[in-house]
Formats: sequence, C-alpha cells, structure tokens
Amino acid sequence: MDINPILLLAAVMVASTPVLLAAIGELVVERSGVLNLGVEGMMITGAVFGYIIGHGSGSAIGGFAAAALAGACLSLIFGFLTQFLLTNQTATGLGLTLFGLGLSSLVGQGATATYPVTVPRLPIPLLSDIPAIGPILFNHDAVVYLSILLIVLVWFVMFRSRAGLILRAVGENHDAAHALGYPVRLVRMAAIFFGGGCAGLAGAYISLVRVPQWTDGITAGAGWIALAIVVFASWKPFRLLIGAYLFGGVTVLQLNLQADGTLALLDIAIGLLAAAAAVVWLTRSITKKAAAPMDNLLSVIILVLSVVYGLLRLAGMQTIPIEYLSMLPYLATIAVLVGLRASNAPASLGKTFHAST
Amino acid sequence: MKRRTLLATGASAAIATALGVPARAQDKTKVGFIYVGPINDGGWTQHHHHSAMEMVEHFGDAVDFVYQESVPEGPDAERAITQMALGGADIIFTTSFGYMDPTINVAAKFPDVKFEHATGYKMADNVSVYSARFYEGRAVQGTLAGRMTQSNKIGYIASVPIPEVVRGINSAYIHAKKVNPDVEFKIIWIFEWLNPAKEADAAKALIEQGCDVILQHTDSTAPQQAAKDAGNVYTFGQAADMAEFAPMPRISSIIDEWAPYYIDRVQAVMDGTWTSTNTWDGIGPGMVGIGEISSAVPDDVKAEAEALRDAIASGEYHPFTGPINKQDGSVWLAEGEVADDGTLAGLNFYVEGIEGDIPS
Repeated sequence: MDINPILLLAAVMVASTPVLLAAIGELVVERSGVLNLGVEGMMITGAVFGYIIGHGSGSAIGGFAAAALAGACLSLIFGFLTQFLLTNQTATGLGLTLFGLGLSSLVGQGATATYPVTVPRLPIPLLSDIPAIGPILFNHDAVVYLSILLIVLVWFVMFRSRAGLILRAVGENHDAAHALGYPVRLVRMAAIFFGGGCAGLAGAYISLVRVPQWTDGITAGAGWIALAIVVFASWKPFRLLIGAYLFGGVTVLQLNLQADGTLALLDIAIGLLAAAAAVVWLTRSITKKAAAPMDNLLSVIILVLSVVYGLLRLAGMQTIPIEYLSMLPYLATIAVLVGLRASNAPASLGKTFHAST
Repeated sequence: MKRRTLLATGASAAIATALGVPARAQDKTKVGFIYVGPINDGGWTQHHHHSAMEMVEHFGDAVDFVYQESVPEGPDAERAITQMALGGADIIFTTSFGYMDPTINVAAKFPDVKFEHATGYKMADNVSVYSARFYEGRAVQGTLAGRMTQSNKIGYIASVPIPEVVRGINSAYIHAKKVNPDVEFKIIWIFEWLNPAKEADAAKALIEQGCDVILQHTDSTAPQQAAKDAGNVYTFGQAADMAEFAPMPRISSIIDEWAPYYIDRVQAVMDGTWTSTNTWDGIGPGMVGIGEISSAVPDDVKAEAEALRDAIASGEYHPFTGPINKQDGSVWLAEGEVADDGTLAGLNFYVEGIEGDIPS
C-alpha cells in the first residue's frame, strides 16, 4: 500500500478549502434568512477574476482580493433583485449561477495556458516541525489558515456579539426584527455581500492554488456541494468545518484508493461507520433519550448497508465498482440531507421581506 | 414544395437572420464544428479548434466557419448538431466519442449535409468517421516513461472507459515494461474528458503515492501544473504540445494533427467528391505527431524513443506485436502476431501485468 496518511490528510485540507470558504459565506447568508443558490456562479466569477488579476499583476494577494470583490459585486445584483425588487430568491439565485457561468466564460476567453502566480506555502514555525501533525495541519498556504480562521470568526461574531444576534434575529423572524427597528434589508445586503466575497475567494483558490489555471467551468459543481454542506452542518460553523473536510476527505480518498489498487481502506471506513451507527443507536435506545427518529433511522440504514456489504465481500466479491466510489461524496451528502432534521433552519429562510405589513 | 421542407427552410432563414448572417452566397461552403470542451481547454478541444482555424486560413473566404463549444455528450448534442444543420452547414465535424449516436440520428434527417464523427465507429452514407492511432504515440511515451522513472511507479490519469483509452493504457504499459521490467502502473479513472480540479487532485494523489512519471488521457494541463509544483515529476503533452510546460515537467507529447484531414475533407465537399470514409491514421501519415523530446531526457533515451517513433511511422513495427497475454494470463497475441484493427477497435481488457479492473 502506497497511501501515506500524512500526505493524504494534508491533501484533504487543500481539497476541502474551496468548498469550506464558499459554504461559510453561504451559512452567514442563510442565517440572515436569505437563500442564495448563486454560489456556483459567484465562485466561478471569482475564479476567473482571481486568475486574470492575479496573473496580470503577479500578485496572489491582488488576485484573491479581486476575486472576493468580483464575487461580492455579483452577489449585489442578487441582493438588489431579491431585497429591493422582491424577486423570488430561488429563481434569482439559479439565474445568478447561470449568469456567473456565462460571464466567466466571456471574461476568461483570452486567459489560457499562461503561468499562474504561485501562492507560497506558509509553514508555521515550530508547529510545522511536530511529527505527523505538523505536515498535516501547519504546512499549508495562507488561504487554508484563513478559511479556518473565518470559521472561528463567523462563530464568534454570530454567537458572541450583538451584531450576530441581530443577524440571527433577522433570519429567524424578519417582521419582529423590523418591528424592533433593525434594518432588515441592510443586514441582509451585508450578509449577501459577505457571502459573495467568500464564494469569490473560494473560486480563486481553485484557479490560483488547487488546479491552478483557468478553464471554463473549472469549479465543476463545488458551489452546489457548498450549499448542501450548509444544510449538513445545520447552519453551525464548526459542523460546517467537519462537513467540508468529510466531503473533501471522501473525494481525495477515492482517488487514492483507485491509484493504490486496494480498497481495504474502504472496508475499514465502512466498518468504522457501522460501529459508530451502532453506538449511536444503542445509546439512544438505552438512555431512551428524547425523539430523533431520523437519527435512529439513519443508524439502522447504515448498519443494514454495512452488513450487506460485508456479506457481499465474504461471498467473494473482490471490490466494489469504482463508479460507486465516485458517487460517494454525493451519496454522503444526500444521506446526510435525508438524515438530518432541518428544524434548525432559520425560520425566515427564503421568505421575501416587505416592510409594509 | 412539401410543407415540411418549407418549414425547415423557414427555420433556417430565421436562424440566419437572428444570427445576423447575410443570405448565404452559393459559392461559400459552410463548415461547422461541435466541441466537447471549451476552445481554451489546452488540450483536445483547443487543438481541434486550432486545426479548424488552420483549415479556415487555408480556404480563406471560401468557407463560412461556425462552431459550438462545451456541448455535453447527450441529448444536448443532438439539439446542437440539428441546429447547426438547420443553420445551413454543408459539413459538420462532431469531435467527441459520445457524439456518435446523436450524429447518426441527425444525419438521417439531413441527407444532404455531410457529417464527420471523430473517434466513433458508426457510419452512414453521409457520415464518415475519423480517428488517429494514438496508441502509436503512447508506445513512444511508454518507452520514455519506463526509462525516466526512478521509483518505477508510473501514474496514469484515465478518462472515460472506452477502447480508445484502454488501448492507450495497454500500449504505454507494454512499452514501459519492455525497457524497464520493474515498472508498475497506477491508474485513476475520473470518468470525464475534462475536469481540471479532479485531474489536479488525481495527479497529486499519484505523486503522493510515489509516481514520478504521469501519463494522462484527459484534456487539461492541470496534471502538468501539479507535476511542476512537485518538481521532479515527468509528464507528457496530451492532444496539444503543451510546450509551455517544457522542458520540465513535460518531456514529450502526443499531438493530434487534424488540420490536413480537415482541409482534405472540406476540399472534397467543395469539389463534390465527398464520400463516406473510415480513416484511422497514425504517425506515418502524420495524423499523430510526437512533440519535441525535451532536454530533460538523456540523449540515448531520446534516440531510443525517436527510433521507435520512426519504426512505427515506416510500418516496420506495430505497437501490439506478440507475445502479449491478457490480464488473466491467457494468450492474446502469439509470438510475432500483430493485433488486427477490429480487435483494437473494441479492445476492452488490460494486458498481463496491469493491476485493477476496467470500470464497466
């Protein structure tokens, strides 16, 4: 087996960063009660502007700044339409994605086959020398650290500051927030602007670090994954971190397993998952802790599937088809979406606000 | 005039007007291209487009050139091809394997339009197929890969599991093994022709697992970029020369030389001599080019690779010459036996020594 777990985990952090950045922005937007489905469009706009400006100026910082600005400006179109012209958020968000894809394709026409700027690694002194943990956690480029910092920052502002309280109030009940005198539309515009900026950064991370180059459609659906992960995390920043890394982990793991030609790790992963499900199920039924039928259901489904998988392996099936591995990230997202109670969603999410009532 | 014809004519006129194209002068030949990726993908599509532009340059004002990029292989393709035919195209090139059935379907509805499908095998009176013997180029790459690897681990980023791709893997493996019996292939399928992010991740996974040579059958330059960052990994240009990554990490390339074919076929339409043909040309006739072997390669290895290239070009050597066994150990080609085109066209197994299964 040639898989090096240290390198694998470090790769997971890099592969997860774009989704993480886009998702944390969308989390803030949704917490303010707005559903912006335009993440993919804003991301790819960030990707193309980040690439062009970053390459043109020779500065990675310039590229990322331009990408954040481009994503944020694009999001203002969505904000203006939904908050001031009261258009339907779902339709407008989808429109924004289509617009962003077209715009980026147009802008990126000449940007081909040139050397991108390099984003230097930023090993953290001392910490990066710790065996195993050092290379995994502390030997990355600045944006990876920034993405984690953003999670902490969003958590702090949202749950430990007055501004966060207002943001959540607006998201839970915009009429009440309005009656209390909070500027609902202003708060939401600010959240949308922030979300656009994060999505732009996420796109630039793909075109400046992860790939790095510009091609049409380079974000390849990452924006949609980001949207799903926000729900997976039930709108909580630290769960978002876990969700994004799980997703990135599955993606990178399946490529590594293919290259290695051994799927033994998959057996281990499925075994662990089954064990975790069994533990959750047992403790729930022993302590008779209140409700959560979906959690129980999910545990049972995972257990049954694991047993079936185990039996098939025993029956001599050597490996599972690689296509299923490619599906895994998406299946995991769906399973999680199904399994989670969405009761935690901001109560005003997706509803149009008008001050006249 | 039949009503249906009238409608079709009306539609084509409407489209022409909408596009701001003046009524087509009779002496101009309208040539259409359908591309699977964007024309700036750096690989397959960009090179088709590049060749198409050479064709346009060759004919100048005599042709009217239209193209549609990033057309997905599926129902959308049929719509795009139909639209191009309705738009008055005289000849339409559909440049991806997945356009095969859509091309055949549309061709049945437009008997007067000529169709050229790249890399397929279904033909009709007005549908030609053309492809290149890329496996010849991959034999040269395999030789270089086997000689250049230090770790004896060679990575292969495979795209869609069709015979074309399997041929490439087999050819590269056979020739790497020939010059270096210790080599081992690590293959990652990504199930897409072009997905730079996935290609980059795949390349990184291969590098992290110890591969120091990476071959690819995907269209972007993302693997080259990943190899460049790693520093000591060799790659090859795919479809286009990708010379911007030379001399390191790109040490050679397979180049698709479509332009002469395009010029030929459009000329045939102009002359009225176009007939349905099946073209499968390799290094010899110039449809497959081997890009400059870079200075990172030692002289003797370079000479060896060039000798192989020339032997293939002259027809003296065929990359699939026995003895070659199938993966399960059964005999495929006996000593001295050469694979026939029919078998190669439908190749769906790995040769002996390659680990893993071909996804179905």
